[in-house]
Amino acid sequence: MSPQVLIDGLIAGATIGLGAIGLTLTYSILRFANFTHGDFLAWGAYLTLTVSGFLGGLLAGLGIGEPIGPFSFGWGLPLSLLAGAGLTIVLTLILDKILFGQLRRRGADTIIIVMASFGASMALRSVLEFIYTANPQYLTRELQIAQPVGFGMRATPDQLLTIAVTALLVLALHLVVTRSSTGRSMRAVSENPSLAGVYGIDVQRVIRVTWVIGAGLACVAGVMSGLLVQIRPYMGFDLLLPLFAAAILGGVGSIPGALLGGLIIGLAEAFTVQIVGAEWRAGVAFVVLVLVLIIRPTGLFGRTV
Amino acid sequence: MEYLAYGAFFLTLAMTYSIICLGLNVQWGQTGLFNVGVAAFVGIGAYTSVLLTTPETADRVGGFDLPIAVGWIGAALMSGLISFFVGALTIRMRSDYLAITTFGIAIALQLCFQNLEPLTGGVFGVGFIPRAFSGIQDDALLFNYANLGLATLLVVAIYVVLEHLARSPWGRVLRAVREDETAAQSLGKNPTSLRLQAFVLGGAIMGLAGAVQAHFIGFVAPANYLPMMTFQVWAMLIVGGSGNNKGAIFGAVLVWAIWALSGSLISELFPPDQQARAASLQIVIIGVMLCLILLWRPQGVLPERQSISKHLGQRNET
Repeated sequence: MSPQVLIDGLIAGATIGLGAIGLTLTYSILRFANFTHGDFLAWGAYLTLTVSGFLGGLLAGLGIGEPIGPFSFGWGLPLSLLAGAGLTIVLTLILDKILFGQLRRRGADTIIIVMASFGASMALRSVLEFIYTANPQYLTRELQIAQPVGFGMRATPDQLLTIAVTALLVLALHLVVTRSSTGRSMRAVSENPSLAGVYGIDVQRVIRVTWVIGAGLACVAGVMSGLLVQIRPYMGFDLLLPLFAAAILGGVGSIPGALLGGLIIGLAEAFTVQIVGAEWRAGVAFVVLVLVLIIRPTGLFGRTV
Repeated sequence: MEYLAYGAFFLTLAMTYSIICLGLNVQWGQTGLFNVGVAAFVGIGAYTSVLLTTPETADRVGGFDLPIAVGWIGAALMSGLISFFVGALTIRMRSDYLAITTFGIAIALQLCFQNLEPLTGGVFGVGFIPRAFSGIQDDALLFNYANLGLATLLVVAIYVVLEHLARSPWGRVLRAVREDETAAQSLGKNPTSLRLQAFVLGGAIMGLAGAVQAHFIGFVAPANYLPMMTFQVWAMLIVGGSGNNKGAIFGAVLVWAIWALSGSLISELFPPDQQARAASLQIVIIGVMLCLILLWRPQGVLPERQSISKHLGQRNET
């Protein structure tokens, strides 16, 4: 087996890990398994694509539409990604306002909120399919050549960039959660929301911050997946099981755990493609999930089930 | 004449959905278990029955040429068995782990349907499944009526059994576990085992429904058992009224009607090249409807009735 499988797994795993961090945060702070999270990735990718469609012409007019350095995209993409992330955040805040927040206020059971997220996910995905059709779309048409990166492995500059961006974002988020007062409030709410409220923590604000972080990272993950593979309405649905498996493998609520879980799932998928065959790739996350539930249901860094 | 045949066809499918919905009602309505893999349990039933009842074929394993009734029983047993494994793994954990795991098994089984070609016929599935009343297949109207009669009979039979179970001590303990697990436990009931029993029973009913549906449509293919189906069945139960068996049947017919009508409306309104795209609007309608019901009328159209022991019921009336 060629060592290439390692880098392929890491690249896919970085996307899964970023998505899983948002999922694990909403899971531990809002306390429900959010089935719409995969669709946030897809919406993030499509919103970014739409903005970059507008920006592309503008930047080309200014003469800065050319690809940056070794990468396959110009300045339009990072700018559109910022706008796309902003729009994805707005989308999740609206969804929380009209659906999840309403149910929380009525004291609905966790499982009712899970069910609502399941219904909303079907609707969100189908709206994407209606607007953009089921045909795959691409953020860039440039072709990239994979460069040797040592140990007989090859990767394109775009792929290496996604790994670097993931590492930076996770480091930044880890510092925010462990060092800042917002992070302390988030941990308090995830431990016990009513007690945190009694101690004067603004629980509503923590919930908003959670959506902002989750949606922002989901958008970045969706764009990364769109850049390296393609953008389809079902991309979020296909990523949902890997995201859940990564979040549970890492331990619900653990940010480093979600990233590590994502990398493990990515590697397991890459090895499966090499050894068993590409048609079974989508089943890997389920096997990992079942193994975690049998061997260690709390996950690698989890506290309780 | 054609309308009558179509009406019977439509209602027969609605009846098969009613059976799935009754199965889901045992799991969710009576017990509070959230199964996101309904389509997988229906699919495993369909494929099991196909394996048992089709004649032997050269390029496929199995084909035991058994009677359809044997296929039905095999389907229920197989789905029950899979439900047992999934339930045993997750039911003791927090409630949404069951949701995630059933979501996972739906994806895993969908992959198996697609890729285990010698067993399932791959993406194209298996056609020419033996159908009930195939002797009168040439007379479309009579054939459809006969099938409708059979499906309705089955729905009524399952309804009667489930109503009886709901009123039995078993059903009452089940609801006690759903409402207040600690209280039920302190009375010496074992919540995990009771939940598992309900999950297996519900799964077996879904498998039976899958077999009935497969023998009615005449073919199985992986595309019949997409998450879409799970979603439709959920919408049926929530709209009809979870916890109420009549509501489950009513919801199945109503949502299936909305689905069929919106489908034909879309094919009227949109040009042929836009129809695949417009079909996604059907899903949006059902998704929004599901969320609205959860927000505004979580008990559904026919809410759950308080069911008590029939002996107690008589005493209260006098």
